[in-house]
Amino acid sequence: MADSSAAATAPLQPPSKMTVTLHVNGVERRLTIAPWTTLLDALRLYLDLTGTKKGCDHGQCGACTVLVEGRRINSCLTLAVMKDGAQITTVEGLAQGHTLHPLQQAFIDHDAFQCGYCTPGQICSAIGLIAEGKARTADDIRELMSGNICRCGAYTNIVAAIGEVMFGKAGQSERAP
Amino acid sequence: MNNFGYSRANDVADAVRQIAADPGAKFIAGGTNLIDLIKEDVARPSRLIDITRLPLAKVEETADGGLRIGALVPNSDLAHHPQIEARYPLLGSAILAGASQQLRNMASTGGNLLQRTRCLYFYDTTTPCNKREPGSGCSAIHGINRMHAILGTSEHCIAIHPSDMCVALSVLEARVLVSGSGGERSIAFADFHRLPGDAPHLDSNLRADEIITAIELPPKGFARNYTYLKIRDRLSYAFALVSVAAGLELDGETIRDARFALGGVAHKPWRNTAAEAQLQGARATSESFARAADTVLRDARGFGHNDFKIELARRAIVRALTQAARGTPQSQADKRIR
Repeated sequence: MADSSAAATAPLQPPSKMTVTLHVNGVERRLTIAPWTTLLDALRLYLDLTGTKKGCDHGQCGACTVLVEGRRINSCLTLAVMKDGAQITTVEGLAQGHTLHPLQQAFIDHDAFQCGYCTPGQICSAIGLIAEGKARTADDIRELMSGNICRCGAYTNIVAAIGEVMFGKAGQSERAP
Repeated sequence: MNNFGYSRANDVADAVRQIAADPGAKFIAGGTNLIDLIKEDVARPSRLIDITRLPLAKVEETADGGLRIGALVPNSDLAHHPQIEARYPLLGSAILAGASQQLRNMASTGGNLLQRTRCLYFYDTTTPCNKREPGSGCSAIHGINRMHAILGTSEHCIAIHPSDMCVALSVLEARVLVSGSGGERSIAFADFHRLPGDAPHLDSNLRADEIITAIELPPKGFARNYTYLKIRDRLSYAFALVSVAAGLELDGETIRDARFALGGVAHKPWRNTAAEAQLQGARATSESFARAADTVLRDARGFGHNDFKIELARRAIVRALTQAARGTPQSQADKRIR
């Protein structure tokens, strides 16, 4: 332990950990973490919720997308300590028991992924998109999903899957042939 | 990530007290740029002061019929606010042209003004950069400078300001309300951001102990004749090569008032009031618009890779003013440029 004379001359103190409460998928979770812990790392490293993916870690790919208070955000650019008390939904919180969320089912039905790494972020982002209620057309879906990159290039089927959930099977016009 | 301390501000006065007491500290709101800069070792704050619990998230009408936007209003909420959609659609359109919906959900109004350049050399700590390390030199001037500025540059820096929202705020002649140790003040938008000059490490004239509390919009919103036209390397989620925010007031074919500003070409949103004055009383034709574009770009200078921006900007100005005059603003979803 540092003695008092050392403390008096040393301006740098190791920043202390903080205790935060996150309500993740409806479950209250308490964590004692350093302030520089991102929400993404908190979920993956400390809560073992590895469905949310670390892609670029710079807010450019969208693989880390989760819902905070129902709004989609990049968890890699979010400090967990700043979300103390917040409701957080990850891909693990979407299914009801053995029944998949309609978007999860639509992604399977439309073959809307290949490697699947971006899929949790795509699905959480699409849930946010539908909740926002601003998309009316396939162009709107494409534009408002542009924060989610798919390196396998499954975009056509991703738009079709989201379109089916939004507009119904009959209403979606741009399904891939 | 570099380590830092963390505290929360209880009110604006507390935020100012905390930042004044710790020169190494920074405010954090959305964090969309700052967290990234910390990860890249470009920003090294001793402490982050969390301002997200301050009561600065309201949009209110002002006494003069304008609008006061709290500094913490998220970009996405602002773009879709009924008052913005009805009276200031140029601002909403510019916001929706930037970033992704996830980032717009996180990013705050005040933070959008304070985002830093995306110059790759600024981000690359192994290269000289006068903005990151004053006096170390500029790697971009003789480097890969395709994204860089063509107007208002200096021998010390050719970085651009990356915001779309700010280009619209420039046209709308917004004011930036700030609070600091010396009290409150209101800064005209044109005076908020700086040109690089010999101090490119300073992006704005905000003092170290000041916090942005609100943005005020004057009543005039150009809701009838406006556009935000953004040209970029991909159709969405990319920074502008060139963008143009335009607002016109027309009397038939005659231009009563004209304002336009460029993004992606300078260290701040680029407005040229002489070019705007040239349009007053002129007919709203592509010839008039081309003359105004020539005035704006007379002193433009390329640095090799970005030479194309001069002609691109000229055409974008003419196209944007034409869209505004026709009352057919650029859609931010349908990417065809008409």
